Amino acid sequence: MSELSKASFHQRVESGLANETLRAALVKAQDTLGSKRIAAFEEMDALAAEGLTLGTRDQLKEHGRQIRQHCIDYMDAYIKQAADSIRARGGQVHYAANSLDVGTIVKQIANRRGARLIAKSKSMATEEIHLNAVLQAAGMNVVETDLGEYIIQIDGETPSHLIAPALHKNKRQVAETLSKVAGEDLPADTQILTRFARGKLREVFLSADIGISGANFIIAETGTVLLVTNEGNAGMITSQPKVHIAIAGFEKVIPTIEDAGVLISLLPRAATGQKLSVYTTMITGVPGSGEHDGPEEFHLILLDNGRTNIVGSEFEESLYCIRCAACLNVCPVYRNIGGHAYGSVYSGPIGAVLTPLLNGIGEWKELPYASSLCAACTEVCPMGIHLHDHLLRLRKRVVEQRETSVAERLIMRLWGWAWSSPRLYLWSGRLTRLAQRLGRGWYPPPISNWTRSREFPKVAAKTFRERWEELNANQ
Amino acid sequence: MKVSLFITCLTDLFYPNTGEAVVGLLRRHGVRVEFPPGQTCCGQPAFNGGFHHEARQMASQWLTAFSGSEYIVTPSGSCAAMVRNYYPELLPEAKAVSERTYEFSQFMVDVLGVEDVGARFPARVAYHHSCHMMRELNLRRQPLTLLQHVRDLELVEVPRQELCCGFGGSFSVKMPEISEAMVCDKVAAVASTGADVLVSSDNSCLMNIGGRISREQRPIRVMHLADLLWEGVQSRV
Repeated sequence: MSELSKASFHQRVESGLANETLRAALVKAQDTLGSKRIAAFEEMDALAAEGLTLGTRDQLKEHGRQIRQHCIDYMDAYIKQAADSIRARGGQVHYAANSLDVGTIVKQIANRRGARLIAKSKSMATEEIHLNAVLQAAGMNVVETDLGEYIIQIDGETPSHLIAPALHKNKRQVAETLSKVAGEDLPADTQILTRFARGKLREVFLSADIGISGANFIIAETGTVLLVTNEGNAGMITSQPKVHIAIAGFEKVIPTIEDAGVLISLLPRAATGQKLSVYTTMITGVPGSGEHDGPEEFHLILLDNGRTNIVGSEFEESLYCIRCAACLNVCPVYRNIGGHAYGSVYSGPIGAVLTPLLNGIGEWKELPYASSLCAACTEVCPMGIHLHDHLLRLRKRVVEQRETSVAERLIMRLWGWAWSSPRLYLWSGRLTRLAQRLGRGWYPPPISNWTRSREFPKVAAKTFRERWEELNANQ
Repeated sequence: MKVSLFITCLTDLFYPNTGEAVVGLLRRHGVRVEFPPGQTCCGQPAFNGGFHHEARQMASQWLTAFSGSEYIVTPSGSCAAMVRNYYPELLPEAKAVSERTYEFSQFMVDVLGVEDVGARFPARVAYHHSCHMMRELNLRRQPLTLLQHVRDLELVEVPRQELCCGFGGSFSVKMPEISEAMVCDKVAAVASTGADVLVSSDNSCLMNIGGRISREQRPIRVMHLADLLWEGVQSRV
């Protein structure tokens, strides 16, 4: 969506780099989550040796990939099975092509129920389609109940991290934000701030007409929606309101409960280094006879929003993503610029891959280049998504669609032509040597982008090629 | 045994001493070295920029130069990764030749079976793992093995050693602000070890980190692994 990208990519990067608070938070988050993740998988590998887990990290990664691959290959069948299971348990299933469809479905449900207050738990799919804005435009009151999401909603921001949406704010800034709601100055004290938010959110839990959640996985054989949370808010908003609506991309459908076991062995470990998150909630339809707790209505909205275009393409693997954010937590680019610089809801390496795929390359052509191709993301991905290779493929598309500048195309054309000839290559070296002598330390763009912060080396007085004859004679 | 040296454009033009060091070390272990004169650049900068047509032009030239080679050795983990991992996609006919391509320390340790080149180098040395070498080629042990066998050399570990230095080829000029932030972090991390010398197996990373070290005027010498080993060998002769 373009409201975020009003500032250019480079402006957003500059503002990320200039934000010392943000950068300190990023380093701390990466280093903490990184060491916890490593420890969790080391422990899992050790337990696997004794047969106490479903497998080693590598075994589960392979198994997880097979599950996702299989699901995507037979997606129609599994979506139908999931829908049948949910309907058999008294739930309803809807299909949405895009944000507009989701808005229409939710508004219809809300109008029928006369609902005014909607409580949400954390969901990247609803962030992706900017659902809050859609519902608020229709006069509904929507409140995010995940603490991080609650904080950024007050400030009208988008998440800057997949699992830690308010990562960019420190305690003092959170106090300022919550003080706006309190109508008084709250101190920058974690206990006081969380207690305040808890009180406010408790009112929302008790009076909400509808609860909207995402879904980490949807189990087709049972029609179960599985939610992974640490705050318990998802448990509240899926049980207390009379209506629960779960919204998720269709790739979240998996065949069986055993498959869920494999994937939730990976997700919390990769995300936060936890064996299991504090809450793993499984919701299957509406309460049956004799059951008293839970909503009267359950709806699952399966979202496409560009995903169909990815199925069957060279980027299909990107749909394996379980939104653990491990790639954000190792990315040296994300480490320095933070999530908002990407301009999209999904940030970091997976955001740089998914955003152009879901929204088109044109507006997002810088994102595939926002990587040094260090491949730390690929190495850490618990689903084995070759993230940096997808960035390379996207760059190829950027070039094919002529989204590069004329100057760049010209330079590359000339360079490709000259350097496929040993003779021209030799002369280009000699020419550069001469130019460096004459230039006395001055460089034109794009090399001046290098020399703004580093020295640039000089072409040797005698290149290796020019030395070889002598060197060979001494053999 | 005969080896074709794949010098890489960067080392040819800017760091020819590294080439001489590789030749010297290989010869010392009984290898005959030849230099196919038709070589230019492997095309990685074009490939990574998305310019596959231009990358293929250069890859074809590379293949012409090296198609008759028995072993191809290069003092660059990154260029070796380009040839080994991406040529088969870019230029299917290059697959067999690409599989005969080795990064320098990989060739020394895994093919020649050399762990001790007979060098002495009294210094505190930090090693920088280049991203492509450790993640694309899974080579971490080989360069460290060679360094651990150098007499009087103290090897120190850089904090967060697996973080990228921020070079990334055209990334460094396309995203100069981010690249600068990354290289500054790296230089600070290297400096924190108190190392006298920073060593790597890629002159591209060293051009980046070393360029920043010069700008900050820090007293850290920057050397390719082959340069250090060769200097260490010659000082004993």
